[in-house]
Formats: sequence, structure tokens, C-alpha cells
Amino acid sequence: MDHNTKDEILHDHHHDGIDRRGFLKCMAWAGTGALCLMKGGVLQSYSLSRLPELKAKDAQAELSFVQISDSHMGFNKPENTDVVGTFKAAIDKINALPLKPAFMLHTGDVSHLSKPEEFDTVQQMLKSASVKDVFYVPGEHDMLNDDGQQFRQRFGGGRQGGGWYSFDHKGVHFIGLVNVMNLKAGGLGNLGGEQLAWMEKDVKHLSKSAPIVVFAHIPLWTIYPEWGWGTEDSAQALSYLKRFGSVTVLNGHIHQTMQKVEGNVTFHTAASTAFPQPKPGTAPSAGPMKVPAEQLRSLLGITDVNYRRGQHALAVVDSSLG
Amino acid sequence: MKRVVLALAIALALGLAASAPFVRAALDENATEVKIDNFSFTPSTMSVPVGTQVHWINRDDIPHTVVSEDKAFKSKALDTDDRFSYTFSKPGTYKYFCSLHPKMTAIIVVH
Repeated sequence: MDHNTKDEILHDHHHDGIDRRGFLKCMAWAGTGALCLMKGGVLQSYSLSRLPELKAKDAQAELSFVQISDSHMGFNKPENTDVVGTFKAAIDKINALPLKPAFMLHTGDVSHLSKPEEFDTVQQMLKSASVKDVFYVPGEHDMLNDDGQQFRQRFGGGRQGGGWYSFDHKGVHFIGLVNVMNLKAGGLGNLGGEQLAWMEKDVKHLSKSAPIVVFAHIPLWTIYPEWGWGTEDSAQALSYLKRFGSVTVLNGHIHQTMQKVEGNVTFHTAASTAFPQPKPGTAPSAGPMKVPAEQLRSLLGITDVNYRRGQHALAVVDSSLG
Repeated sequence: MKRVVLALAIALALGLAASAPFVRAALDENATEVKIDNFSFTPSTMSVPVGTQVHWINRDDIPHTVVSEDKAFKSKALDTDDRFSYTFSKPGTYKYFCSLHPKMTAIIVVH
């Protein structure tokens, strides 16, 4: 094994668990897939090419789960005329993961137009996944014309309020938030007072050593407000999580992978399984991006997340579909 | 004589004042369509007389909605090439937006 490879970074000059150079390197890799994990307060990053050697040594996670996002079932424009095919490729990818995930998170835009047959297709196709449990949060495309009533009936299972919820798995506390409802003219994503009050109460009883995973459709960090890529009141939500040692925020919506580390919080957006969107500000609008057919699958993907007790942070790995 | 000149001047001023809005209104008669493209409404401000039916058409690959801030009108989700129409029966300034992408805002002024 080559220990001197440039793919690994072991510097932490500020003793805060964040290596600036390492962080930038993770950012640069995000498009092609990278694994960033924290060990004893030191950030390590690996390119996906090194994953095979990680499997044996480092990837012995106690909890592994997978995030998929923005399946946009029903979309049939030139940017991807076969969203069923690419969704199938994502399921194949999940079924081939070395560590069988405990469950799946779907971070919204399950459907393109909230049509029953679009939801049906996704639910039917996911039956072929090795992972049976799927936890959903809605995207704005899942709420069309009925404020998400159908979505909550299918995926919500009697949850309170607008469909937000939390659950615990192997000591990790998961919080599913809804930030695509009651959006205000000129604004960004929105959580709202009722949901924020619920969240504050939800985390109050937790020990500060409990790892927290927050998942929602629209990013909970401001990526590009001009395109609405952010959430109005996310700072309020994050203020409830300040006392926790490890917070991982998983989002979709922007159809590309992006990562940022800020103090105790790692923010991550997943790729879509349907079509890519342009990098912030590089196109007239955030609409679907047309790429040569042979490149499409390299810009779509899934995200695999691993947690090992005693480790500082969760390891987040993006893999493209091709 | 002075009075005649004054009267003429007033008549002229009135005439000009009356003809200017007429010209504007005549132009607006044709412009009753708002195009939705690249996540924006074009034109972003439109002025129409009372009774005008305004049409929106979505030319994007992504669905959008047309929702007024005061809830006077609200479209269903418009897929590519779908249309929505609304007839403005009262004067006023109608601010509206896309409830899916709320950064998209525009105005219809009804006079």
C-alpha cells in the first residue's frame, strides 16, 4: 500500500478538525467522488480510486446508509429521456455496495410532476433494491397542486405537521425536514416557525455526543441565493445543533455534489439520478443541463454514508453512475 | 385675445394628456402574453386595462406556477408549453411569483 499518496491529507494546524487545504481538495473532488472522514480530529480525504484499500482497513462502519435524490420520475426532456434507466443504474450501484446499507434516504423530487404513476414507478423499482427501508422528505416537485397531501399519504405514515420527523438508529439521531412548503415571493427554501419549534424540542433531550444527521431537499446552507439555493431560516435550525460534536447535513435539489465544513457541521449535497444542473452562476438559469450522452451518467450518482462509533464525523462518499 | 390663447393652450395640453395614455393602452392591447423561460417571467412588469385577459405560457423544461401574492389568482403547476389565463376585472398592482421557485417574481399593473 502506498502511504505517501497525495490523496491523503493529515494536517490540522488550527486543531479544530478542519484542514483548509484538505477541505479545498475535498471540494475539488466533489464532482468525481471523494471520501472525507475525520479521525481523532484530523480530516482525511481520499479519492474514490483509493476506496478498494479503504474497504479492508477503514470502512468497517457500524452504520452505513445511502442517500439518493432528485429521481424526477416522469421527466422526459432531451437532458435525459430515460430517467427510469438511470434510476435503475442507481439501484444497481446500491446493490453492489461493499457494505450493505441499513436504509436509504431519499432527499426529494421523487417525482417530476407529483403524478401518482410517477410515485408508483419509484416505489415499484425500489423493491429490487437490497435495502428495504426508505425515509423520504419531499422536494417542491412532489408538492404540486395539493401541498404535498399525496406525498405524505404515500411516504409520511401519519407524521405530524408538514411531514417532518426524526428517528434514531444505532446511536445516530436522524432529522428529516421539509423546506419546500409555503415559500414566500422573492425568498428561498423555508422551514417555518412550527417546524423550528418542533426541532428545538426534538433535540433537547439528546446527549451532545450523539451524532446528528439532518436531511432535507433544499440545501440548508446558502449556496447561491440568486437561484434560490438556500433556506431562509436554516441558521435558526442549525443554532439548535451547536452543542453537538458531529452534525452532518444532507441535501439534494441542486443536482450536483458539493461539500462544506463549518465548525462541527459537514454540509453535503447529493447528485441527482435524473439530470445534472449547472454550477452556480454558470448558466442563464438553474434549468436542466444538456451534456453529451456518454457523459450523462458520470454526472449522476448516489451518496453512501458510513458511521463508526468513536469517529468524529460520518464519512460521506459520492459515486457516479458511470 | 389673451383668453383665447389660454383656452387654446389648455385644449392643447388636455389633448396631449388624453392622447398619451391612449397610445400606451393601444400598445398594451397586443401585449397580453407573459413568457416563462429561464426561470423568469417576461415581461417582468406589464400594464393592461381593466378587463384584459393575460396569458402565461411555460417555455421551460421545469414546471412553474403563477401565483399572486394576494391570492387573487393561482395556477396549477404548468409543465412545458402549458398555459394559464386570468382576466383582470379590477384595477390595481398585482405582484405574483412562482410558488416552486419563489425567486421568480413579476408584476401586472391593471389600470
